[in-house]
Amino acid sequence: MGEMTIRPEDTPVVTDQPSESEVRAHLPAGGGPADLRITDSTLRDGSHAMQHQYTEEQVRGVVHALDTAGVQVIEVSHGDGLGGSSFNYGFSKVEELQLIRAAVDEATRARIAVLILPGLGTLHGLRAAHDAGASVARVATHCTEADVSVQHFGAARELGMETVGFLMLAHKASPRKLAEQARTMVDAGAQCVYVVDSAGALVLDTAQQRIEAVLAEVGGQAQVGFHGHQNLSMGVANSVLAYQAGARQIDGALCALGAGAGNSPTEVLAATYERMGIRTGIDLGEVLSAAEDVVRPFIPRLPWMDRASITQGYAGVYSSFLLHAERAAERYGVPAHAILTKVGEAGYVGGQEDMIIDIAIQLAEERELELEHGDLAGAGAR
Amino acid sequence: MTPAPQRTTGTAAIVGPGNIGTDLMFKLLRRSDLIEPRYMVGVDPASDGLRRARSVGLEASHEGVDWLLAQDELPDIVFEATSAGAHAANAPKYAEAGILAVDLTPAAVGPYLCPPVNLEFNLDATNVNMITCGGQATVPMVHAVSSVVPVPYAEIVASISSRSAGPGTRANIDEFTETTASALEVVGGAQRGKAIIILNPVEPPLMMRNSVFCAVPPEAGEPGATQDRILEAIHAMVARVQEYVPGYHLRADPQFDHARELWKGAARVFVPLEVKGRGDYLPDYAGNLDIITSAAARVGDIMLAHRLGVASSWKSSAELGETPTPATATATATATAGV
Repeated sequence: MGEMTIRPEDTPVVTDQPSESEVRAHLPAGGGPADLRITDSTLRDGSHAMQHQYTEEQVRGVVHALDTAGVQVIEVSHGDGLGGSSFNYGFSKVEELQLIRAAVDEATRARIAVLILPGLGTLHGLRAAHDAGASVARVATHCTEADVSVQHFGAARELGMETVGFLMLAHKASPRKLAEQARTMVDAGAQCVYVVDSAGALVLDTAQQRIEAVLAEVGGQAQVGFHGHQNLSMGVANSVLAYQAGARQIDGALCALGAGAGNSPTEVLAATYERMGIRTGIDLGEVLSAAEDVVRPFIPRLPWMDRASITQGYAGVYSSFLLHAERAAERYGVPAHAILTKVGEAGYVGGQEDMIIDIAIQLAEERELELEHGDLAGAGAR
Repeated sequence: MTPAPQRTTGTAAIVGPGNIGTDLMFKLLRRSDLIEPRYMVGVDPASDGLRRARSVGLEASHEGVDWLLAQDELPDIVFEATSAGAHAANAPKYAEAGILAVDLTPAAVGPYLCPPVNLEFNLDATNVNMITCGGQATVPMVHAVSSVVPVPYAEIVASISSRSAGPGTRANIDEFTETTASALEVVGGAQRGKAIIILNPVEPPLMMRNSVFCAVPPEAGEPGATQDRILEAIHAMVARVQEYVPGYHLRADPQFDHARELWKGAARVFVPLEVKGRGDYLPDYAGNLDIITSAAARVGDIMLAHRLGVASSWKSSAELGETPTPATATATATATAGV
């Protein structure tokens, strides 16, 4: 229900909410009650922007709103996935299993997904999440390191979970390399492989080429998905191109709530796809309400394309480094965008938040040297 | 065992001719007069490690552990550098044959061993576990801190270059995190441990890096006597590790942070480490090989000496003329380059 006037009259309107089995039956080929499936990551990628301080009440509110809107998969985890609560990535306010249980309890139709990064989250943690009711396992690796996910896909399939592979920082691998890595994940048991633009660095054709290459390799055996970020404002546009290239799972987050400049906003994806006649199974009015009335009031700072996050997109830096860089900037008195530029130059990958401190210390030392040696050295350092 | 004439040397087999096994072979050849590496055992006839082993005079076979155990002369020590699953299956066979097993997989059949911390307590064990590369790099630091103040929680992040992570490491990534975390508690002395491993594919490859975070009492977050003692313990432990891994060094001074509510009222010390390898097998970025192979070679030498009743032949880095990498060398170099 809701803002019916937004819908163009010539757009097919999904009136019946598909059952889970219908979705599962129709999704692989597309063309069923929904043409694609949107997974909402407000409660996972958004955890970065919330500095992992989600409360159970907030989680219940978001799940209820998304579930009502007809979003079929809702991801709930620490921003860095299961086991992410740590010194390196930030401690969660509420224990992750409690949040997962609450989400499962709140959902009536939606399925709850969890993210796991091999090397950080463990099989033990995955089993605990499954016991808590999570039914989709999204296993994430750096885009060239897919073979570390083999154990995790095996375990997830054994548990009877739906499986999704996440090839992160996908801009760093060529389309061909990405396709080869997707093959490794599918052979290990992934039912869908996402091209994950963790840095928001893919721009239109570079996103589409990767989707095409992965689909050419694994299509017919697995779906292909796209996870976008807004650092260069490309999240939604890239998601449209991804769909046109054959991707059938697309990630979003309400109010863009995610790392860096945030994710493709779920409500904008829903509106855009609907405008294009691409059926998502999501009620636009309800999802707009979920963003505006449920999420927006509790966001401490809306994700935004500012100097630091644009630098991330431009330099290809993992989006969740943003707030860590800002904290290190404050602690060591050096600019966050300078830290992020150095991170990009050094080629650090997702998970290496500890290196931000390292770079901040180096920058602080360099600055002291410049002060000691005066203008000449300062000029030389440029 | 039947009484034998007094021997002053022993033989070793290396099972698993991958990155770790091959690097270990070079360490044994270089550092121990007591251990004669005799056999290299794998399962792939095309293995580069088997070829290299033959070229330096070892008997090498791709027919697995059964081949090894069928030899007339069994080794005194077997170093296992396969996978956690393989070692779990092989360990009873070694035990039955009376062979001392030094396990470089995360199988953890025997007690965890970290030479500068707990070697002397495990000299009579028949199977010892070398934890993981990240464990060998970080457990000494956690132990140093926990020798001064209680450490309710220790967390480490080990970053290694993708090139140095062979198929065994990749297949065992879950065991890596679990075993390392457990060793931070059992050997490091933290009440709770957590371990994270990151593979980075950037070219040229990055050196092995380890970040150690320890929760410490609030007073340790402020400058003063407690902090000084922690720093002293860290520097002393770095020197002990450098006796066998000269490339082990602090990347920058340990960083102390004030107590925070989010850290359950604890303060924090952050120790940034870098491990530059000796380049015995892979180039110097692969310090993750050196840290575990050097520890295993040292443990093997000392345990075999104990079994034979002779003195250890271990050659320290100083004796080999290896200069330890100075602390913050890289950071200083970077800063200088900037100027």
